[in-house]
Amino acid sequence: MSPPHTGQFFARVLCRQLLLVMRRPIEMGNPLLFFAMVIVLFPLGLGPAPDKLANFAPGLLWITALLSNLLTSDAVFRSDFDDGSLEQLMLAPQPLFLSSLSYILAHWLTTGFLLALVSPVFALMLNLPISALGTLILSLLLGTAVLSLLGGIGAALTVGLKRGGMLISLLILPFYMPVLIFGAAAVQAAVTGTPPGPYLAILGAMLSLAIALAPLAIATGLRISLDA
Amino acid sequence: MWTFFHKLGSPPWLYAIAGAILRWLVPITLIALISGTVWGLLFTSPDFRQGNSYRIIYIHVPAAVVALAGYYVMAIAGAISLIWRMKMADVVMKAAAPVGAALTFIALLTGAIWGKPTWGTWWVWDARITSMLILLFLYLGVVALYESFDNKEAAGKACAVLSLVGMVNIPIVYKSVDWWYSLHQPASIKFTGESTIDSSMLYPLLLMIAAFYALFTCCLLMNMRAELLQRESRTQWVKRIADEKGRG
Amino acid sequence: MYFNTVQALLMMDGHGVYVWPAYLITAVIIVMLLVAPMRRRSRLLQRLAAEVRRAERKTVAGVRGGQ
Repeated sequence: MSPPHTGQFFARVLCRQLLLVMRRPIEMGNPLLFFAMVIVLFPLGLGPAPDKLANFAPGLLWITALLSNLLTSDAVFRSDFDDGSLEQLMLAPQPLFLSSLSYILAHWLTTGFLLALVSPVFALMLNLPISALGTLILSLLLGTAVLSLLGGIGAALTVGLKRGGMLISLLILPFYMPVLIFGAAAVQAAVTGTPPGPYLAILGAMLSLAIALAPLAIATGLRISLDA
Repeated sequence: MWTFFHKLGSPPWLYAIAGAILRWLVPITLIALISGTVWGLLFTSPDFRQGNSYRIIYIHVPAAVVALAGYYVMAIAGAISLIWRMKMADVVMKAAAPVGAALTFIALLTGAIWGKPTWGTWWVWDARITSMLILLFLYLGVVALYESFDNKEAAGKACAVLSLVGMVNIPIVYKSVDWWYSLHQPASIKFTGESTIDSSMLYPLLLMIAAFYALFTCCLLMNMRAELLQRESRTQWVKRIADEKGRG
Repeated sequence: MYFNTVQALLMMDGHGVYVWPAYLITAVIIVMLLVAPMRRRSRLLQRLAAEVRRAERKTVAGVRGGQ
């Protein structure tokens, strides 16, 4: 039996990750449920005045998406690290940065992607104008992919630690900040009627940079964690 | 040339040379710091717009400049330790993190104190202040990551990766925060019109910046010496030093 | 010198309340930065010196016990 091509290998790791999540649908539902609950917190804390909520809606939606991404990224490599599959993956002839990229892609598909798809519901609950919904979805699609890649770096570095949960937030939240700035700004621009294109383009540029560099950092991080 | 690099990798040599440098660098640093402070506080005239409160500039700006440079020192040392597996670069990185964090803290704190008489409030979400705050978080992240590993070799490598990612990110953070601020800039605060600084104020400022660089180097070398002793505590050369110290 | 009296230097036209604490806190942090590694180093050396002495005593005792 010949070893699979690199592309095939990538697809297989991706399928495996997706299958693992499908078998436990609650894992997929948790971030969405979290998103919904945090959205409820804002009217409770800020008051239910519709225009006030609409004012803050772009930032609130983006912060909530960021937090739910942050909470799930800790678990990306955890179970495979514990049962030794990661070690097998490291020994495989295929480059580790490619397989870690498929881990990240699976993570994004099951969190950020779904989140972007359901976000219009919550956006309407916060009185975001309908004209801004398209930009919201697009900015979340691009932005959460960057967040997943950055979160993967933190997850790879802390996967060997027993008390990694809080630490990972400290490590990667500073890296999340530029994404938040431009993601929220894109939605804000759409609300005020200015073209959101430039902000989305910057998010796209961040995504390209992250796709190019983050897998290398993730692979190095995984090696360090496995050696320790 | 090569013997020099070879020596750089040798802990006893590094320990000795760092001690020799510190013997004259520490007095120079202290003299520069004190004379710069006295110059700035006593012998310059007040700013025509801000009055005497501008005198905080002589610690605020140097701390901020060196804190930022310190992150690059840390990240480059991390890169060297990752690529060439040089253990001494690891020591430099570990030694730089707390010093940089402390300098960032000084910059933030003096900035807040300076803000009160100038802006009328302790804290303003100004682009530069926000960026410095994020820099502090980056430093603290490195320190926290290092402390949570039991295996210190892995800790060094993990911190090297993190500080490299941070180095790529710092320009992005700065640009995006700058841009974010220009978008939301409140109209009431108009302050940083790049006024040309008078040369009578500039010279003490330059002296203080040099002094803070020297201070950073001193703290770096002292931290490195302590770290070297700790790491090499099982070796003969450290035991000899300890023995001499114990008898002397 | 810009200020004529010590009083004026301390007050700085009302800005002394801000300038002096800023310098004071900075000085404290700098002293802490310089003292912390020195203390760490000397404590480490003391501990190691004690270890060396203990080890010496043990070998001396061992040699005596062997005779």
